[in-house]
Amino acid sequence: MKLDILSSLNAERAARRAAIVVTDVASGAQRLVRASDFAGDPLRVELEARLRSGKSGMVEAEGGRLFLTVHVPPPRLVITGAVHISQALAPVATLLGYDVVIVDPRTAFATPERFPDVKVIAEWPDVALPPLKIDRYTAFVALTHDPKIDDPALTHALGRDCFYVGALGSRKTHARRLERLAAQGLGDVVLARIHAPIGLAIGAVSPPEIAVAIMGEITASLRLAQAGAAEAAA
Amino acid sequence: MLARDEDILEAAEAWRKAGRGVALATVVETWGSAPRPVGSNLIIDEDGNFLGSVSGGCVEGAVVAEAVDVIGSGEPKMLEFGVADSTAWEVGLSCGGRICVYVEKVD
Repeated sequence: MKLDILSSLNAERAARRAAIVVTDVASGAQRLVRASDFAGDPLRVELEARLRSGKSGMVEAEGGRLFLTVHVPPPRLVITGAVHISQALAPVATLLGYDVVIVDPRTAFATPERFPDVKVIAEWPDVALPPLKIDRYTAFVALTHDPKIDDPALTHALGRDCFYVGALGSRKTHARRLERLAAQGLGDVVLARIHAPIGLAIGAVSPPEIAVAIMGEITASLRLAQAGAAEAAA
Repeated sequence: MLARDEDILEAAEAWRKAGRGVALATVVETWGSAPRPVGSNLIIDEDGNFLGSVSGGCVEGAVVAEAVDVIGSGEPKMLEFGVADSTAWEVGLSCGGRICVYVEKVD
């Protein structure tokens, strides 16, 4: 690998941008394709599929075998609400490989004792969220049940390119939330991105079951092409 | 905690920029019960120092020896290994896996 390719790759990784290194294993010829350049690439379809699966692998192409090394940033999960469900959600998400950040201005909730091993920020969303630079490899969930905390956080997340946005609450609670957010000027298409009631419909009752339902839905959004397409069409 | 791949690639860049001869080994294909997934990296310098893993320890010694040659010649190499049956058995798998490792010089 040329040093300039390695340096460029490391720069993309540091910026949490995806890239794929294409290596002709017979000749050693190599190139770096940034995710932003996939659209114009002859391997576009293969590259897009690899990006979704996150899996490196060999492909047969015209002129020989190519190895695609897929570099996708580790996914993150940003949660508002240092609540009971979050205590189950954080370890499940960690197990699935997510870097977890919990935001809750209520200092009695947002303690390292309640959330060992994950980052806890005891600040309001307007202070805590912008420095996190929520990106397309970030999932956001609002779990506080408190509109003072969840609403501004949802507004921020919907303004970013995150791959999943979910909010806890019944259909009735969510209908009221949509009214409040619409009154603040958010459009229907944007609001339709919110998964609510949150999580797959598996009849979850306990906080750990709800955590599984949420992570199931987040995994589908991350891995299935049609989940993103359905959102775009909604 | 295991070093993440990005730490390994950053180390490869740092080693090379510090003037060391460096090779990058990557698992490119696996069959059966391979211990490390496709895409796993190992970096090696000309003195045989290494970081990362392509097999969880089974074939690192051989890869490091080949990598020192690759650093010298500049020519990439494809290495193929069968993982010893006894090793596979220990982790509860009935057959030995095979892995292909691509070794290239960083220059």
